[in-house]
Amino acid sequence: MKIPLIYNIRSVRRRPVSTLATALGMGLVVLVFIAMMALSRGFRAAIVETGSRENVLVVRSGADNELMSGLSRSTAQTIISMPFVAKGPEGRPLASPEIYVLVSLERLAEGDALVVARGVSPQAFEVRKDVKVIAGRMFNPGAPEILVGKSIVGRFAGTEIGETINFASRDWTVVGHFAAEGSAFESEIWGENEQFMPAFRGEVFQSVTFRMYDPADFESIKQTLESDPRLTVSAQREYNFYANQSVLLTQVLSFAAIFIAGIMAIGAVFGAVNTMYAAVSARAPEIAVLLTLGFRPLSVLSSFLMEALVIALIGGMLGCLFALPLNGIMTSTTNWASMSEVAFAFRVTPDLLLRGVIFALAMGLIGGFLPARRAARQPIVQAARRP
Amino acid sequence: MALLEIRDLSKVYQRDAQRIPVFEGINLNIVAGEFLVLMGPSGSGKTTLLNLVAGLDEPTTGTIRVSGAEVTAMSRRDLAAWRSHHVGFIFQLYNLLPVLTAYQNIELPLLLTHLSKQDRREHVMTALEVVGLSDRADHYPRQLSGGQEQRVAIARAIVSDPTLILADEPTGDLDAQSAQDVLTLMQRLNDEYNKTILLVTHDQRAADRGHAIMHLDKGVLTG
Ligand SMILES: Nc1ncnc2c1ncn2[C@@H]1O[C@H](COP(=O)(O)OP(=O)(O)OP(=O)(O)O)[C@@H](O)[C@H]1O
Ligand SMILES: [Mg+2]
Repeated sequence: MKIPLIYNIRSVRRRPVSTLATALGMGLVVLVFIAMMALSRGFRAAIVETGSRENVLVVRSGADNELMSGLSRSTAQTIISMPFVAKGPEGRPLASPEIYVLVSLERLAEGDALVVARGVSPQAFEVRKDVKVIAGRMFNPGAPEILVGKSIVGRFAGTEIGETINFASRDWTVVGHFAAEGSAFESEIWGENEQFMPAFRGEVFQSVTFRMYDPADFESIKQTLESDPRLTVSAQREYNFYANQSVLLTQVLSFAAIFIAGIMAIGAVFGAVNTMYAAVSARAPEIAVLLTLGFRPLSVLSSFLMEALVIALIGGMLGCLFALPLNGIMTSTTNWASMSEVAFAFRVTPDLLLRGVIFALAMGLIGGFLPARRAARQPIVQAARRP
Repeated sequence: MALLEIRDLSKVYQRDAQRIPVFEGINLNIVAGEFLVLMGPSGSGKTTLLNLVAGLDEPTTGTIRVSGAEVTAMSRRDLAAWRSHHVGFIFQLYNLLPVLTAYQNIELPLLLTHLSKQDRREHVMTALEVVGLSDRADHYPRQLSGGQEQRVAIARAIVSDPTLILADEPTGDLDAQSAQDVLTLMQRLNDEYNKTILLVTHDQRAADRGHAIMHLDKGVLTG
């Protein structure tokens, strides 16, 4: 690599139109790649940040999600009274036997979507320390009142404080909004479990979430619960339970990102190949001079590869520039694992930008190789004779 | 011993089934410090001969030695290294890389040596001084006249202090005055710096600057 890089940088600058066109092509690919990865990351983050490592979530044995689960009142009671369940200041167990149902709500934009309605115990906000009422107030036990997660406020009709939402043949008054650090809880509606239970399925809870006295005891707690013949339940850390729900969609999104960007990349690579072949043939006399001076063919090869990389770097940075404004934009999708709508933000992280740039460089390397090899292999004499 | 020794050199181009002999059985000795001019009609093979001497092309038969090293037996890779040390080449056209300044163009051969940046700077500035273009170091080729461009090319050809300078019609594209300047410069390189020069030209006035003139015609070299 003895031919100075400045040679390539200036050569690239000398043909700004073709350089920019090529770089732009790569930039668009990088944009699509980063956007789709940011989507996948945002979704994953929303789901993965749902739930705590200090909590245990119990569902009926064999149920992958809360929707499929059912626990009787006595089962819930048995779990809550176990000694490893942490207690609150007034000695009440930090546990929340929960109702989990999907309700169809009217989107403000258009159409309906399924939203999680979760009936929780009054202790739920202590069990889940990250969930906080940010506007209005907590629901009153015994009243048909609900709290709306902040991601769906303004996305669905009737979600403002004081408004009412009708589901399960009843009107529910919105008394507050809550936040949960960006997690999927923010896409849910919470009310009191004892209010939701009669309105929906009758005498069953879907899950019990409780705080452990000592999170280090999880394995033995799991063992105790799962081997108890009265219960037939499965217990997971709350964090893992939700994280597992993100795996499928995250993988599909990441695959789509690579697949779609990959197909687009083929086009961009051809663009780079064209540009570089044009550069090599236009600069045949210059290449002859370099070879005559004693630069080795390998140096010429790496010099032209470097030039392709310079263009690719510009493309990669353009792509990052295009992608940056996406960061934080809210969007939503149906979480296949729970069948409900989850709202989340695109996450354009520095490591994604870096990957975008690396993606662009890879395109440059692939697109630059054949033209660079032609440059290195051209007979000196032939090139020098050209007028 | 001769600096350049050419023995029984033949070059035959093969195009499809057609044999195009350029010259056959050429012999030539050039001693160190010589300024030899090679003339001949267009298509007689002057460029071909120069390219062979520089190791840019392979002969059909025969050997070429420069300071005892057998150029015709070297690999492509070795040739590149050898050329960077022993040969300064000046073309008629397209000598300089347009995107590099005069300074950077002259520095190119030194990038193949182990010289430090500071040493390279000294060499380049000396070469620029020799060709009288010290004030043009930061100019790009398009900012130079044709004659100045050729002088920069000469500076580059001498910057690594090569044994042999090969020039293929360096004044072919220049006006009379610039051509005289370039030739005067080459003569000085020969006189003052004792460079061995092989100059190809069509121009009789250019030829007069050399010590001796050889003619290549119909594959035969005559003195
Ligand atoms: N790659 C090649 N294949 C076939 N023939 C070639 C090739 N290169 C050169 N020739 C032929 O070899 C002969 C010598 O060419 P060369 O360029 O050496 O002549 P020259 O004396 O330098 O001419 P000029 O004065 O016009 O520069 C010409 O007939 C030319 O057509
Ligand atoms: Mg010629």
